[in-house]
Amino acid sequence: MENQPEEIVRLEQVTYSYNNIPAIKDINLSINRGDFLAIIGPNGSGKTTLLKIIVGLLKPNQGRVWLFGLPLDKFNQWFRLGYIQQKATYFDPVFPISVEEVVGSNLQAIRKEKALTRSQIKDRVHEALRIVSLEKEIKKLIKELSGGQQQRVLIARALATEPEILLLDEPTEGVDALTQERFYDLLGQLNQEKNLTIVLVTHDYVIVNKHVKQVACLNQKLIYHGKHSEFCQSTVVQELLKGGHHFVSHRH
Amino acid sequence: MSQSFFLSTFFLRAILAGSFLAISCGLLGVFLVLRKDAMISHGLSHVAFAGVALGLVLNLMPIFFSVIVALGGSFLILQLKDRARLPGDVAIGILSSAGMALAVFLSALRQDFGAELMAYLFGDILAIAPAEVGLSAALVLLVVSAIAFYYHQLVFMTFDRETASVSGLKIKKLDRVLIILTAVTIVLGIRIVGLLLVTGLTVIPAASALQLGRNFKSTLFLSTLLSLISIGGGIVLAYAFNLPASAAIIFISLTLFLLCLFLKKIS
Repeated sequence: MENQPEEIVRLEQVTYSYNNIPAIKDINLSINRGDFLAIIGPNGSGKTTLLKIIVGLLKPNQGRVWLFGLPLDKFNQWFRLGYIQQKATYFDPVFPISVEEVVGSNLQAIRKEKALTRSQIKDRVHEALRIVSLEKEIKKLIKELSGGQQQRVLIARALATEPEILLLDEPTEGVDALTQERFYDLLGQLNQEKNLTIVLVTHDYVIVNKHVKQVACLNQKLIYHGKHSEFCQSTVVQELLKGGHHFVSHRH
Repeated sequence: MSQSFFLSTFFLRAILAGSFLAISCGLLGVFLVLRKDAMISHGLSHVAFAGVALGLVLNLMPIFFSVIVALGGSFLILQLKDRARLPGDVAIGILSSAGMALAVFLSALRQDFGAELMAYLFGDILAIAPAEVGLSAALVLLVVSAIAFYYHQLVFMTFDRETASVSGLKIKKLDRVLIILTAVTIVLGIRIVGLLLVTGLTVIPAASALQLGRNFKSTLFLSTLLSLISIGGGIVLAYAFNLPASAAIIFISLTLFLLCLFLKKIS
């Protein structure tokens, strides 16, 4: 008998409004360990709002959220989550922080909770940078790196705490096509080899579709949630295309 | 200028209190500038001025009252930002005007402390009392300890507030820590360089260090060093050439800023 998949995130009847203007309505969603879920939908469909609710940055007006089996207000093991926000590449150009300091910052923040020694932190920083192939840049200032490299540093920072789920919001906005492809290959590899659960908000479904296992299509309401292989044949795609929406790819 | 003057108690007190203030301003300034909160010191200095006026009216320690009023003002600024969702500069604008209005009102109640009030507007480093040197030492100990204790959390929050929050950091608590340290530092700065120039001490050395810093720690170190040179140099220049100390401090600070800009350009 096949094992029951372990549920990591659960949303029940979640609704959120900005100044009485609904952003998402009645969302029910379950994310299991090992999933690679793409959250897609037109502009203003509530993708970022949904992600911010999952990571606790926004409190839903209605409904409930569970992380790792705990209600969100009782959950405090934040090191189990890695989060990369939208437009993270637009750093303050004067911020004097090295790659080592950025990757170590998350670890330093949870040092006491996880009883990490200095040498363990150092090792984890090196290991995380090795995974994203940026070991040689460790002493460089973050502002001296390209957009793609900066994004990989943020992945390394998220990975350094050894999270069980990685949540990313439009992580390759403003990054060139080749770097985007490499970036998503890396996410695919982490999902396959480390069984890392990945939740990715994107407007560019085409570029991620070779790695994605599940799709959640959002347009204020959740209009599709299921296997990627079944998504392309679903009527949802046809409806969205008829409505003038595009699953954009910037590749030429 | 005689050698004995430089060894005088006044001078030594000024140098000591000034150095302690320089360390606090140099360290805090980097966080404030990077958080785009540089003007909070401007706002808090105006709020603290109401406390000075209150102390003078009641004929009780103005420094004590200004600390209380500045702390109250700092919490009101946070409340206006968080609860009323006002932009930071608007909250600061409202509180600084309210502080100055209160100071003007209180000063009108008594006409005889104009000169004392002026000393707080432009600073009076010659008048530093031994107790104030002790207060400066306590302040620097507080600021250095708090920054050392919360260092990694403060850097993470300053660099990426949203991710730091998702990582479980208590962002609001850290905001309060920074604003309390700033309020106390500003009050002492008012005594030394005056209300009108204290913002310069928290902003200019930090802005200069940011031109050349190679990582966060080196930027903090450089900012503190530039702050020390500005205050120490300003005091010496003021004594040597009979200049107003606060203006001399800010001019040295500005010269160092221009030098850092130049060094960045040629490097």
